[in-house]
Amino acid sequence: MAAENQTPPVLEARALGKTLGGNRVLDAVSLALPKGCVKVLIGPSGAGKSTLLQCLNFLIPPDSGSILLEGREVNARSRRELCSLRQQVGMIFQDFNLFDHLSAMENVRVALMKVKGMSKLDAGELALAELSRVGLLDKAALYPANLSGGQKQRVAIARALAMDPKVMLLDEPTSALDPELIGEVLAVIRDLAQNGMTMIIATHQISFSASLADEFLFMEKGRVIESGSPAELLRRDSGSRTLAFCAKISELSGEAGEAGLAAGLGESVRAGVSVGAAGLGAESPV
Amino acid sequence: MDFSLAYTATREALPYMLGGVIWTVGLICGAMLLGLALGVPLAVLHVYGPWPARRAVSIYVWLFRGIPILVQMYIFYFGLLAWLSTLPLLSGLGLDSPFVAAVLVLGLTSSAYQSQIFRGAIQSLPAGQLKAARAMGMTDAQAIRSIILPQALRLSIPAWSNEYSILLKDSALAFTIGVVEIMARMRAIASTTHEPVSMTFLAGIIFFALTWVGVKALSLLENRVRIAGYTRQGAA
Amino acid sequence: MSTTYLEFLRAELVPGLMEGLWTSIAVIVPSAALGVLIGLFAGVLRVYGPRPVRQFTEAYVSLFRGTPLVVQVFFWYFALPYISIGGHSIVLDAIPASILAFGLCSGAYQSEYIRGGLLSIKRGQIRAALALGMTTRQAVQSVVLPQAFRRALPGCGNELIYLIKYSSLASIITVNELTGTATTIAKNTWRNIEVFCTLGVYYLVLVTLATWLLHLLEDSLSVPGFERHKS
Repeated sequence: MAAENQTPPVLEARALGKTLGGNRVLDAVSLALPKGCVKVLIGPSGAGKSTLLQCLNFLIPPDSGSILLEGREVNARSRRELCSLRQQVGMIFQDFNLFDHLSAMENVRVALMKVKGMSKLDAGELALAELSRVGLLDKAALYPANLSGGQKQRVAIARALAMDPKVMLLDEPTSALDPELIGEVLAVIRDLAQNGMTMIIATHQISFSASLADEFLFMEKGRVIESGSPAELLRRDSGSRTLAFCAKISELSGEAGEAGLAAGLGESVRAGVSVGAAGLGAESPV
Repeated sequence: MDFSLAYTATREALPYMLGGVIWTVGLICGAMLLGLALGVPLAVLHVYGPWPARRAVSIYVWLFRGIPILVQMYIFYFGLLAWLSTLPLLSGLGLDSPFVAAVLVLGLTSSAYQSQIFRGAIQSLPAGQLKAARAMGMTDAQAIRSIILPQALRLSIPAWSNEYSILLKDSALAFTIGVVEIMARMRAIASTTHEPVSMTFLAGIIFFALTWVGVKALSLLENRVRIAGYTRQGAA
Repeated sequence: MSTTYLEFLRAELVPGLMEGLWTSIAVIVPSAALGVLIGLFAGVLRVYGPRPVRQFTEAYVSLFRGTPLVVQVFFWYFALPYISIGGHSIVLDAIPASILAFGLCSGAYQSEYIRGGLLSIKRGQIRAALALGMTTRQAVQSVVLPQAFRRALPGCGNELIYLIKYSSLASIITVNELTGTATTIAKNTWRNIEVFCTLGVYYLVLVTLATWLLHLLEDSLSVPGFERHKS
């Protein structure tokens, strides 16, 4: 806590507002991501999670408010500052958005060459290193059309990591995946968190995120209405909106009942880990 | 350019030019029907036929798609049909008429294109359709006629409207062998009135209107035969 | 018929058509280049242009796609000289008039394929490129265009094939290309079937050759997910 006061957060949003088609999608949302912390955004679809994440790197320009990178406000009108912000903030999309005409390796390499100005050779070397970090060295030459969803998302993660970002924004990274492919992606994300990557994740994977989040942010109608540590919010008697929401989606996905969630956080942590391991082991051949 | 002169000329030319519409529409209707009548069996042969038949259809398609309409008009009208109509058995059948030659050329070419449209539609149907029909004891011919084709033809209507507008434009080439359709009349009037500008515009507008009417009619047809929720799956 | 077909072919037909072939190529190549260029501009403008520009290009495309090419050819060659602005009018020779007509018409069709190629690219592709810190220009250059080009190539190639065939219309306005030459030979010799069928073979060869070259190009650019649809 003391350190947090001295060094500014890696990324900070102050009173972000966004109106789309007359809807208040973001209503003065503020949040700070201190170095090494993992925050998880949960909430019903349409709550503004995705908009919030995309406002953080100006993929969607916010109507009001400001973004600070390491304590310095980003001037969104300067193209150079915008590009430099986006270089330092990695983003993972729900539907991967791999460049369809490039192989896995080229996907990782292209921005290194274009944005960072690295030589083809250096960029290629780094790309392969990043791919091996997510366990996909043997798929480097394959094109997105020949990769499974889980593999695509891991390539996307490698692509973002190669830029050496200070913080990662993950927008429902597993929502577009078949259930059996979720584990391999979660395992990579867990690995990132354990290596101290600063992250904010929008996800519906409750037990997984409870096991690695420092803070849960519950969003509804464009606002963060609850925040706190997962243990706090998911306590059986907390009476929080977060608990009610999590219980509902856990029930639907058959993860665990309300009681199980509340009582056995430790258990769900283990469950999350084992899902990850199982997913990796059962990696599907193309 | 004197606009009042152009206006008078255009107004006087209009009835004569519109008289050409009958010929143009005749050409298109003849060609589309011939194209349909030949295109469907060609497509079925191309998909389900034995390999020599498939090969033959490929060659047919290659020939008619590879030779320009204009050249085909010359081959048929000045060449083949002129020769055929000199044979005693075939004389008096009207084979030497430019209209017949033009309908044949446009229709045969269209059949080559239409067979490709139908083939794509047939191949886009799930394989289960034919299997299910066979499982009910239908012969292949029955299955194709009553299960496959009704679906494939529905799926082909959008491509048809494209085929129609291509035919319409190609039909303007019939003037080269003497069919008195719109283009032929436009040329004649343009040279007698010395108003080629207004005449080309007039012809352009008539063709434009015919395109619009035909495309509208086909989209009406598409709506009439539509079955709720039945569309082509994916991009075929 | 005094001479056999083969003698006729060797002595008259091939030499005559050879000359016509060169004229055909001299019409086709510039028309194709003009068509691709116009198509590229019009296609990009139809997708990314401001509203009035978009409407203007849409109007251009529907005008040139909605009327027969032969009417357009006729317009540029016979009608254009009648349009005088301030006492000046433009008179085009037959070959430039054909090139202009073919290029403008082909451009309208080409723009359809370019537009389709651009529209087929999912928005997420640009978004991901921007998220990596690319500028819009870099994103367009290294992500949008390579994909759009591959998607548009089959259609654009098809249009080139059409152009080869429709170049025969130049004969209508007196250009002595393949078809024009053939018509002259047919008139002089009265050997219609032989002349026009041979002419057909010339076009078949041209079209088949062009198709084959385009497939080679497509295959050399092919990556999984962007394969040529075999037909």
